[in-house]
Amino acid sequence: MEERELHLVIVGHVDHGKSTLIGRLFYDTGCLSPSKIEEIKESSAAEGNEDGKIEFAHVMDCLKEERDQGITIDIAHTFFNTDRRRYVIIDAPGHREFLKNMISGTSQAEAALMLVDAERGVEEQTLRHCHVLGLLGIRQVAVLLNKMDLTGYSEETFKTVKAKIVEVLSGLGITPSFVIPLSAMEGDNVATRSENMKWYDGPTVLEALDSFESAKVLERGMRFPVQDVYDIDGQSVAVGRVEAGILRVGEEVFILPDNTKAHIKEIKKYLEEDIKEAPAGDAIGITLDGQPLTRGQIVVDRVDSKITDTVKANIFWMVDKDYTRGVPLTFKCATQDVKCTIDKIFQRFDPASIEVVERDASVIKPSEVAEVEIKLDKKVVVDSFDKIQETGRFVLEHDGFTVAGGIIL
Amino acid sequence: MDQLTMLENKSIFIIREAYAKYKDIALLWSVGKDSTTLLWLCQKAFFGKIPFPVIHIDTGYKFPQMYEFRDHYAKEYGLNLIVGRNKEAIDGGMGPGKGSKLDCCNELKTNALKQTIAKYGFKALLLGIRRDEHGIRAKERVFSPRDENFRWNYEDQPAELWDQYKSESEGEDHVRVHPILHMTELDIWKYVKRENLPISELYFSKEGKRFRSIGCEPCCGPVPSTASNVDEIIDEIANATTSERAGRAQDKEDAYTMQKLRSLGYM
Ligand SMILES: Nc1nc2c(ncn2[C@@H]2O[C@H](COP(=O)(O)OP(=O)(O)O)[C@@H](O)[C@H]2O)c(=O)[nH]1
Repeated sequence: MEERELHLVIVGHVDHGKSTLIGRLFYDTGCLSPSKIEEIKESSAAEGNEDGKIEFAHVMDCLKEERDQGITIDIAHTFFNTDRRRYVIIDAPGHREFLKNMISGTSQAEAALMLVDAERGVEEQTLRHCHVLGLLGIRQVAVLLNKMDLTGYSEETFKTVKAKIVEVLSGLGITPSFVIPLSAMEGDNVATRSENMKWYDGPTVLEALDSFESAKVLERGMRFPVQDVYDIDGQSVAVGRVEAGILRVGEEVFILPDNTKAHIKEIKKYLEEDIKEAPAGDAIGITLDGQPLTRGQIVVDRVDSKITDTVKANIFWMVDKDYTRGVPLTFKCATQDVKCTIDKIFQRFDPASIEVVERDASVIKPSEVAEVEIKLDKKVVVDSFDKIQETGRFVLEHDGFTVAGGIIL
Repeated sequence: MDQLTMLENKSIFIIREAYAKYKDIALLWSVGKDSTTLLWLCQKAFFGKIPFPVIHIDTGYKFPQMYEFRDHYAKEYGLNLIVGRNKEAIDGGMGPGKGSKLDCCNELKTNALKQTIAKYGFKALLLGIRRDEHGIRAKERVFSPRDENFRWNYEDQPAELWDQYKSESEGEDHVRVHPILHMTELDIWKYVKRENLPISELYFSKEGKRFRSIGCEPCCGPVPSTASNVDEIIDEIANATTSERAGRAQDKEDAYTMQKLRSLGYM
């Protein structure tokens, strides 16, 4: 089994079968103890399910004991295993008022399962979730057309709904890796290939999951945002995390936004000697020849970032209050932290409808997505999100709280 | 990059982020495995010299081994150790025998912590809580603001994405920072093994029993276990049935945990 676990988010309109699928995944991968299965059977029987048939939607509830506490868990983290690896399921609530939580949860995912009820097709939250996946840059998406049992396992229905959702997703820049017909309730195509849908020759849900990859380090485009500078035994050490690419000792680098040149002298980690390189994700310290660094500077291997005080972006507004054009905010990207205002709102729309609500607007309403231009008090170093996600995404803050997330166009 | 290094990097990033934003910060060290792991991660983050105080909230009822352990490693790591006690309540005879357990926790832990924060003016605290401890923990953010009554408003938490954590805001007494939120109990033990960390002997089996978490002596019950070293503990946890491990390893442990949860003001 692989050591690395994969973070997975399961999204979909309410009642399209999320809880049922999660229960089914736990059950089919043997991750429920016999006593837990008994408990779930009992509670299913109490609700009138005939002869020991399991209500899979109860599994999550039983695991969380949320009924006892009267609290609904928003970003729950639960685990199950396949032969390949461990999966951490991030549960992301679908309702509009939970958008903030849904986004917080989904932003931690490396892959997504998008459930769509095959009978009812794409609904409001399906669309909103598609938007969030697109904006967050989650590219490994499997669409699961659920409740195929209710359609008599009809290939026709599958084709129609599949065409629709693929169209919606591609409009948002997502090509689903798989579109799988299944019945979470009956177990068709979840862990085992369905006898009822011989016309389908793609992977099961588990096979699809096991084909997903965890995030990879790219060779080019090193980005090291300076987090802080410490004095260690009289030496100035800049600490931070390599956000993209690989940082190497001896390499010529550029300090942005000022664009000065320097060389990496040492990579430092406590009690480790002679480190030659540090890949994306590594939290390190570095020493350089040249000027001391400060928080917010970005060390790069080639100057191909944007160095600018205006940023064009798509943002999603996550709080309950309207934003009015011109109100001051703080722009936070990597370790950069700069005052700003949104100067232009080219268009805003409700992500659950796709239709533009208003062009050239002066406000953004709660839960809306908007294409905007942000004016910053000073120059920042950014990339387009399509090129380097880590320096192509940002949040906007008001009174210390994140009010919006955005990706740079 | 292997899984443990990834987890470590993430924690170190959070610790450095907290210190970059808050100079009035301290680490809450209970002497248990989680906060001792966090202490080590802080050592690493600051190259062996933690630039802020380490607080131990002392109820007076901790295991004797815990005091020994605390004093030994405070010295070895050169920590700026603050021992916080609610002296008035202790002098007044507050203890597990008097009133409910919850009252005792409130006085000797929560109020002791409140007094310590007020006395030193801390604006941020590093805590070693983990997401898999209990369902409700799943809701926690990495940076979690508290008001002056230590209330945690779990129904309306700040959005948190892409490792951008909230900044100081109005009405906030202090912020709780959780650098090992993403680690599981098993991760902690694997990390303890890899880093060869010192861990209180109370965690290891004696006469068929060991402690899975440690705190005040009168309120901690050992669990049946033959695991007498770190390897055996890793085996024990890894081989527990998966449903026990399914996101909620410790909540079944004992009723005391529930009380701990209710007094979320403390943890
Ligand atoms: N017939 C059928 N019903 C299903 C299937 N999956 C879920 N359901 C039912 O659809 C309803 C909503 O499912 P649930 O899992 O609670 O949806 P959630 O709101 O997305 O978590 C429940 O009554 C389920 O029993 C399926 O594959 N087939």
